[in-house]
Amino acid sequence: MGETATLADAWGAVPAALVVVAVALALGWAVTATDRAVLAGGGPVPGPGRDAARLLLEQRRTTPAPDRLLWRLGCAGVAVLALASWAVVPLGSRSLWSTSADLVWFNAAEAVLWAAVWLVGWGPNAFAALTGGYRFLAQGLAYELPLMFALITAGLAAGSLRTTDVVAAQAGLWFVVTMPVAFVVFLAAAAAFAFWGPFDAPAGTDVAGGVTSELSGVDRLLVSAGRAVFLGAAAAMAVALFLGGGAGPWLPGPVWQLVKTLAVVALLVRAGRRLPLLRPDRAVEVAWVVVIPVVLLQALVVAVLVLAGFYG
Amino acid sequence: MLTASTGWLLAAAAVLGVLSVASGVAVFVVDSMARATFALLGSFLAVAAVLLALDLAYLAVVTALMMTIEMAIMAVFMIAFMMNPAGLVPMSMVHNTRGSAVVGAGAFVVLTAGIWLVDWPVRRTAVPADPTRQLGEALMGSHMLVMLGIGVALFATILAGTLLATARGRYDRFGPDLTAHRPADPVRGGLAR
Repeated sequence: MGETATLADAWGAVPAALVVVAVALALGWAVTATDRAVLAGGGPVPGPGRDAARLLLEQRRTTPAPDRLLWRLGCAGVAVLALASWAVVPLGSRSLWSTSADLVWFNAAEAVLWAAVWLVGWGPNAFAALTGGYRFLAQGLAYELPLMFALITAGLAAGSLRTTDVVAAQAGLWFVVTMPVAFVVFLAAAAAFAFWGPFDAPAGTDVAGGVTSELSGVDRLLVSAGRAVFLGAAAAMAVALFLGGGAGPWLPGPVWQLVKTLAVVALLVRAGRRLPLLRPDRAVEVAWVVVIPVVLLQALVVAVLVLAGFYG
Repeated sequence: MLTASTGWLLAAAAVLGVLSVASGVAVFVVDSMARATFALLGSFLAVAAVLLALDLAYLAVVTALMMTIEMAIMAVFMIAFMMNPAGLVPMSMVHNTRGSAVVGAGAFVVLTAGIWLVDWPVRRTAVPADPTRQLGEALMGSHMLVMLGIGVALFATILAGTLLATARGRYDRFGPDLTAHRPADPVRGGLAR
C-alpha cells in the first residue's frame, strides 16, 4: 500500500490504537491546561491531572428518577466519540485508520455527539441539564452545515476525502492560503461542538452548568475529558487540513506537526476566551444568514481554482 | 472465495444485523419516548456498522451521520408533541396491534420471499479500489437528474412543512403593511434588530 498504509498496519492494531489514545489524552490535557492558564491570567493554575484523579475517586451524586441507562450512555459516548474522531487524524504521515471517507468519519463522530450530549442532558431528569441538552441541539443547527462545508472545501482541493491525501496535496501551498474562511469556520465549529468558549451556552452558568450540572465523579470526567479531547482533535485536524500537516524546514515532520497543533490550541483558546457568549438562537441566525453563504462562496472559489488546475 | 478476514467480517455483519433487529424490537418494548428514539438510532448505527464491515466506508459514515442528526431532531419533536412534554410518564409505541401485526408479517413475508426468489446478479468485474468515488460518479453522472429531482422535491417539502407549521409569518413580524422598521419578535437580538 506504500503511502496509504495506516498506523494499524505499521505497528499492529492494538499498539497503534494505544499510541493514538495516549496522544489524544495528552493533547486534551494540554488544551485544558492552556484554557485554565488563559482563564487564570497569570495566577495559580490547578492541574487537570489532579482534577481527573479526584473525579475518578469521587462518589457519584444522583437525582430522583434519572434515566440511568441513557445518562451513562451519553457520558461514555462523549468520550468514546472524541477518541473515535482521532482515528483519522494523521500522526506524522499516517493515521490510525484510513478509508476513502476520512473527513466524513470525523464529521460523523461529531454528529453522533448531538445524540450523546442530548442524552447527558436528558438522563438526570433535571431542568437545568435538559435545558442544556436542547441548547446543544439548537447550536448544532448553527454549526453543522458550516463545518461540513469547511471540511468538504479541503477535500475538494485535494480531490480526496482521505486525510493523508489532503496533507500530501499541500506540498506546494498550505490550504489556509486559499481557504482562510474555511479554516476560521472549522475552528469556530470545533469550539461549538465542544460547547466551549463563546459557544458554552449548553453548559452555561445561567443554567447552573446546563448539561454538566448534574454530573459527578467518572461521568463528569468522561464529559470534560471528551470535550477537551475533541478540541485537541479539531486543532490537530486543522493542522492536517489547512496548515500543511508536518511540512516545514529543518525539523522532522512530527515535531512540526506538534508545534503547529499547540500553536492552533493557543490561538483557539486565546481567541475563544476573549469573545463573549453567543446565544444559540443568535448563533443559528448568524450561521444561516452570514456564515453559510460565505462558506459556500469559499467552496466556489476553491472549486474554480481546482478547475483552473491551481492545485496541480 | 471465503478468506479468514472476510469470514470474520461476515460474522461481524451477522452479529450487527441481529443487533439492529433487536434494537428495532426494543423501540416497541421500551416505555419512554427518549429510549424508543435512541433504540431506533442504535438500530441505524448497527446498520451503519454492517456497511462498514462490508467495506463501504462512505455509505456507513454517512448513514451514521444523517441518522443521528435525524433522530436527535426527531427526539425533540416527538417529546414536544407528546401529551406529557417532559416524556417521563411511561408511554407505549404500540398502537392498532392487530393491524400492525398483519402489515408487519406481510412485509416480512414479501421481503423474505424477494430475497430468496430474485435472481441476484453475480459480480463479473474486480472490486473497485475506491467505492466512494464510484458512488459519486454514479450519483453525479447517470443518476444526476433523479438526484436533482429528489433534492428539489425534498426542499419544497421542507419549505411547505415549515410554512404550514409556523405560527408567525412576516405579517406578524413586520405589521400588515410590512412597514415596521424592527420586527416584533418574542426574543430580541440577532442580525439587523
